[in-house]
Amino acid sequence: MTIEVKNLVKIFGSFKALDGVDLKVESGELLALLGPSGSGKTTLLRIIAGLDWPDAGEVSFNGEDALAQGARERHVGFVFQHYALFRHMSVFENVAFGLRVQPRAVRKDEATIRARVKELLDLVQLDWLADRYPSQLSGGQRQRIALARALAIEPRILLLDEPFGALDAKVRKELRKWLRSLHHEINVTSIFVTHDQEEALEVANRVVVMDKGRIEQIGSPDDVYETPATAFVHGFIGESIELPVQVEAGVVRLGDRPLRLAADGLAPGASKLFVRRHDMLVGPPGSGAFEGAVQHVRNCGPVQRAEVALSGGETIEIDAPRDRELRAGDTIGLNPRRYRIFAG
Amino acid sequence: MSAIAARRRTLPGFGLTMGLTLTWLSVIILIPLGGLFLRSTELSPEQFWAILSSRRTLNALRVSFGLAFAAACVNLVMGSIIVWALVRYRFPGRRIFDAIVDVPFALPTAVAGVALTALFAEKGWLGAPLAALGIKVAFTPLGIFVAMIFIGIPFVVRTVQPVLQDLDPEIEEAAGSLGASRWQTITRVILPSLAPALLTGLALAFARAVGEYGSVIFIAGNLPNVSEIAPLLIVIRLSEFRYADATAIAVVMLVVSFVIIFAVNRLQRWAQNRVPVH
Repeated sequence: MTIEVKNLVKIFGSFKALDGVDLKVESGELLALLGPSGSGKTTLLRIIAGLDWPDAGEVSFNGEDALAQGARERHVGFVFQHYALFRHMSVFENVAFGLRVQPRAVRKDEATIRARVKELLDLVQLDWLADRYPSQLSGGQRQRIALARALAIEPRILLLDEPFGALDAKVRKELRKWLRSLHHEINVTSIFVTHDQEEALEVANRVVVMDKGRIEQIGSPDDVYETPATAFVHGFIGESIELPVQVEAGVVRLGDRPLRLAADGLAPGASKLFVRRHDMLVGPPGSGAFEGAVQHVRNCGPVQRAEVALSGGETIEIDAPRDRELRAGDTIGLNPRRYRIFAG
Repeated sequence: MSAIAARRRTLPGFGLTMGLTLTWLSVIILIPLGGLFLRSTELSPEQFWAILSSRRTLNALRVSFGLAFAAACVNLVMGSIIVWALVRYRFPGRRIFDAIVDVPFALPTAVAGVALTALFAEKGWLGAPLAALGIKVAFTPLGIFVAMIFIGIPFVVRTVQPVLQDLDPEIEEAAGSLGASRWQTITRVILPSLAPALLTGLALAFARAVGEYGSVIFIAGNLPNVSEIAPLLIVIRLSEFRYADATAIAVVMLVVSFVIIFAVNRLQRWAQNRVPVH
């Protein structure tokens, strides 16, 4: 099932939640919508599910207008951040719900429903919890039951809204891996919303980065990490050093100091220089594009994180390998191994 | 050992509050009720039975309990609809309607009785058109029914309202995306989630209607065997200085009410166990 979204606009009062969004999702993809809160990602997901309606634009499934149908007819599985399980029903009945409410003409008989629910509970590896009630389950178990419930109707599309947002870090990591292998197994076109970049990069085939109701970049996890298309994407994904610079006549300046950085093809004017923390290489003083004095050093696992005051007064944080020990008070040269400059 | 246990108790004041609770409940509720039972034992079982099986007593009890239950059922249905409208929709005047629900709580019941009687009397605003249809409300059992509905409605609304407010709208969206129709969502998801609160509201409205006196006696007509409620019969017996008769009827009302409320309570407990609290 392909999903196509064209020029989608959604306004809540004076707030533009979606400001002209175009997106094409290929069949069988596992797509992540990544962005900070308020970026419009959940609104986009809810419109695709039929839980919200756009003010303008089109949504089509396999070329067929989806906006002509309500949530009930769209046959979309939706998994909510807070599970939205029916707490007065057992786990079994929760999963069976979608099968039991089918119109009588297509409803399966009891034995088929039981077999199907059993199969789904096996799929999410929770068949032993069938008789429990949602309140007796852990967060991770509830979310897996919510997923089994959504899959019961054999959805054409699976939508997950911050599926792991309410879980603790360890369970989250387990479920990420599990979701990826589950998707591999069932291969339903799936979209999940997240504000956690690590989650998006680790789970999805393709990542859509959103900000302020617009799509900033669409690409593979490698694309958005290695070649961010905009300043926002560079700042949002990965840990970046951001410095305000001026580009004039092929020279990049930080304050009044020219930097030894190539400025080919850059538009003149105020710009932003982005460097990943670990791409800032430490050398002897005078060897790099920047000079600075180390203020603090903390060891963070495999790297040492140093706060460096640049000669112009700006303070940056870098991640350096631990083979050469840095000390507070050291004067060092810094050279970005890779960097990007965005106008504006 | 016990000193350690006492020190471990994190909430202080158990002894004091428990003592006060027991004393207070005894003084306010248990001792008067005990007196009531004691008084009724002055009657021999035969006398007791004779009073209860008299036609007038039986009819009064039937009118009280039967109409109270019917009124509570009507309140359950209408109250649920009112709660739905108040909680789920935003409309001008919502707060005013919300406040109006409490009026039967606050209004002196005699005032309510007089107002309802005036309204439903044969020449009243509502009584006249109804009389034209051949329906007589004031001074009939139907009048009692109306008064009982009036005083019971806030109990259902105020018990169900907070529960519906807490019900996550996402569960309705979940039901919808799983293919449930609006009706299926209401009957299979929303109502079962509200069941404990609905039962509580029903029990409270029923209990209130059984005990109602002030508003009912004005509109009832108080015809023995037809529109005479049990509390009124008690008052009549008291005014005739037949105290034992009065206490016998009171004891029966007490026991029946207690049994019904206890049963509803069990039912509610059962419904709640299916919806374990987090």
